[in-house]
Amino acid sequence: MFESEVEAGGADKHHGVPEFQEVHVDKELDLKGKVCPYTFVESMLALEEMEIGQVLRVIVDSGPSACDVPKSLTREGYEILEVGKINETEWAIVVRNKEFE
Amino acid sequence: MKLTEEQIQRYSRQIILPGVGGKGQRKLAEARVFIMGAGGLGSPAALYLAAAGVGTIGLADSDRVELNNLQRQILHRTCDVGLLKVESGKTTLESLNPEVRVQIHPERVTSTNVREIIRSYDLCMDGSDNFPTRFLLNDACYFEKKTLISGAILRFHGQLSTFKPHAGGHCYRCLFPEPPPPGMVPSCQEAGVLGAVAGIIGLFQANEALKEILGIGQSMVGRFIEFDALNLSFCELKIQRNPQCPLCGENPTIKELIQYSQTCTLEPVVEAQWGMI
Repeated sequence: MFESEVEAGGADKHHGVPEFQEVHVDKELDLKGKVCPYTFVESMLALEEMEIGQVLRVIVDSGPSACDVPKSLTREGYEILEVGKINETEWAIVVRNKEFE
Repeated sequence: MKLTEEQIQRYSRQIILPGVGGKGQRKLAEARVFIMGAGGLGSPAALYLAAAGVGTIGLADSDRVELNNLQRQILHRTCDVGLLKVESGKTTLESLNPEVRVQIHPERVTSTNVREIIRSYDLCMDGSDNFPTRFLLNDACYFEKKTLISGAILRFHGQLSTFKPHAGGHCYRCLFPEPPPPGMVPSCQEAGVLGAVAGIIGLFQANEALKEILGIGQSMVGRFIEFDALNLSFCELKIQRNPQCPLCGENPTIKELIQYSQTCTLEPVVEAQWGMI
């Protein structure tokens, strides 16, 4: 479901949001086995430690986290670049670190 | 300092708050808060500061737990009667959150030791049960340039303010230049106090302490709140620094700490006046 939405969005743009594989990922965070709200909390903590503009790729294996973590990060002001299913049980969330206040 | 898995779980509900995050949680862990009095105001304040992960909490109280304290002083249990309040409080706080360091000051806080005691803390909170201590702590915080979060209760009423005269705010003496004459203000022993009112004001103090540490929200500096529990109403006053203040005014007359004597000598354990536990 996520995968198809992402592909549909990406196909319309030639120079817009880069393709999933094209984004340079600065850090990867494996949150398999974890659930909300810890997936969100740990994503946020990881972003806090990163430089502004750097990209974090978060791997989760719980459906609600795949849905809620991007929503929560967006609400906090982070830029979600990509959300996609990478296999039967896992999702990748790609997010860019932003500066606040 | 990287947060551990256990810390992330323990504090997750506040880490996700705007203005807190991992950085805020680390500020809390590094913070040192001094609480004058382990009674009606100090109890709820200390519990919530410990729960929030404030790294070091100083508790000062020379009294022992009495049965009549338990109606409002929720740091202590029935089995603690007879123990020093700071010992009982330390046990309770450490069982709630073993990460918190509780430093105890069981000695009587006086003009000779107060500055030394508060010096190592970032922030002070007044939950004292008598006017001499209240004025002493206010003056000591002024001289040591410490922010003082003040709370006071009697019957169904409470007061709250934050004193930061070193940063342009007012102090307790800007409002009340001198202690009231003995007998003018009834004590809690004479007038009574509802335990929940102590809880409300003590938690307002804890909330203000957390805001000061995190640097979020609107400080109570320059503001004074009067709380009426029976009507559940608040009256807020804007307070400016008093140029005539004998302590922080333009021509101060108080240059050193004053040791006022206790106004009540009838009971072995003085249990407070207005503004007290």
